[in-house]
Amino acid sequence: MTRAGSRGGVRLWDATVLTRVTLGFALLLSVWPLYWMVVIASRTVSDATAVPPPLLPGGNLGENISRALADDSAHLLVGLGNSFVVAGSVTVAVVLISTMAGFAFAKLRFRGRTVLLVSVLLTMMVPLQHVGVVPLYIMMIELDWTNTMQAVILPFLVNGFGIFLMRQYTLQAVPDELVEAARMDGASTWTVYWRVVLPAVRPGMAVLALLTFMQNWNEFLWPLIILRPDNPTIQVAIRGLSDTNYGSDYSMIFTGTLLSIVPLVIIFIAFGRQIVGGLMEGAVKS
Amino acid sequence: MTPKAAHGANRRPGIRARFDLKAMPYLLISPYFLLFAVFGLFPLGFTLWVSLHSWRLAGDKEFIGFDNYGFLLTNAGFWNATGNTLGMFVMATIPQLVLAILLANALNKRMRGRLLYRMGILLPMVTSVVAVAIVFSQLFSPQYGMVNWLLETVGLDPVQWQSEKLPSWLAISAMVDWRWTGYNAIIFLAAMQTIPRDLYEAAAIDGASPRRQFWQITVPQLRPVIIFVVFISTMGGMMLFAEPLMFGSGRYDGGAAGQFQTIGLYIIQAFRERNNYGLAAAAAWLLFMFILIVAAVNYLFTNRIRGDR
Repeated sequence: MTRAGSRGGVRLWDATVLTRVTLGFALLLSVWPLYWMVVIASRTVSDATAVPPPLLPGGNLGENISRALADDSAHLLVGLGNSFVVAGSVTVAVVLISTMAGFAFAKLRFRGRTVLLVSVLLTMMVPLQHVGVVPLYIMMIELDWTNTMQAVILPFLVNGFGIFLMRQYTLQAVPDELVEAARMDGASTWTVYWRVVLPAVRPGMAVLALLTFMQNWNEFLWPLIILRPDNPTIQVAIRGLSDTNYGSDYSMIFTGTLLSIVPLVIIFIAFGRQIVGGLMEGAVKS
Repeated sequence: MTPKAAHGANRRPGIRARFDLKAMPYLLISPYFLLFAVFGLFPLGFTLWVSLHSWRLAGDKEFIGFDNYGFLLTNAGFWNATGNTLGMFVMATIPQLVLAILLANALNKRMRGRLLYRMGILLPMVTSVVAVAIVFSQLFSPQYGMVNWLLETVGLDPVQWQSEKLPSWLAISAMVDWRWTGYNAIIFLAAMQTIPRDLYEAAAIDGASPRRQFWQITVPQLRPVIIFVVFISTMGGMMLFAEPLMFGSGRYDGGAAGQFQTIGLYIIQAFRERNNYGLAAAAAWLLFMFILIVAAVNYLFTNRIRGDR
């Protein structure tokens, strides 16, 4: 499955000019809004509303960054820090929970395995954090957890997709003989998980970690509701920046927005191949 | 289905070994199910409970049966939000699916720099919904936006993207499609690469053109993935929230006349602005029902995709 791209050969027709033009246009559309973000973030306030619009980046990026970071309505630095904490914690926990459960569902036999696995798949389809927003909020008030990081982190540890992905990966990467051999040597289930399964599924863990981090970095509705504006995640922070300066200072808004995507762009450039591969692999299995 | 026979290696079934075989699997899956019970199942049931009450911020709660539902189902604002949500869902999803399949087909051709193209069309995924909405709201702003500038440059009238209903839907749909079309194209591409190549070879021998092969082999073979993508889009579309929020300058009302208020915005408006928890919970349950209905309808619809039409 992983080498799907290389066996293409015979049945793939050669790309026509039309194909190349189509793809080139799609690429332009994909990149343009991000490029536009850079253009406005590096220009002066009046450039941002100039007609005709500027098409090249300017030299004001540094100044705009310091203005955006200093803006009282946004708390961008706090937001960046909180988002690293939240997305990082969720990622570590989801990878652990998913590899454990994925191993159990792939390699262990126990009563009710099929029913439980199907129920995991069903939970993947229910938009819990959205339908359950009111009771989750009431719960957090009762626990006195409003405006805390655990309130933002815990609901997102429920991630059925991760279990699904890691189960598929374990099935494929860990041969039964390996597990049997370890058991012959007297290894307990936990030792098998820790010493045999985890090293073997490392590439799958990396893909799951990348996707989980990106998804949680971008989470918006729940942090917006549970956190105070002076203690935001980065998405809530740029929303604040945008609300306060909308219509008056696009350069600063776009600078904040640009800062908010920098970590993900770096991850994407560094691990793009794995992300594309992971997505394609997950898609085929479903 | 015989747990004991599964591991013949277990020669000395002491208490610890038995515990290890019998209980460890459940221990390994327990974190997920515990978290799901607390942060998934319980809130879902509790939403239903709250929705049957007149439940305000101050904590005065009174059981009122289905009154919240009765209010919503006769409330013009709620139906307006429902219509907007469905309208934008259709407006965003249909072009998105068509484009994604065509893009996937193009990406499936043999050419140099395939990874670059794949990464390029996936790039919007790194952008958060909030960031997308900020950039697009500016691009679509009536006075200084690049879209209206382009329209005027080619001699057309500028469009009031914010204040008119259909244009505002179009602008919001553009945000959704920009973020998701490439992602869906990659999913379709993955599925296309699993289609057995002899199908195409046989069709080619029969003299079927590439276009005919696309419609008679590729599209029918993609059916399960199309159903999957439509399902994901249904959930995303029905819960549309951040895009209309940011497009309306951060307000929950979805424009002066509610022209682009979605159910998602309606719920949070009832919750945050009116502090009416019961009403918000009832609207959330109705939304959940709508998602199930729309998903079922979509399933029946996409299920009809067949080879020979």
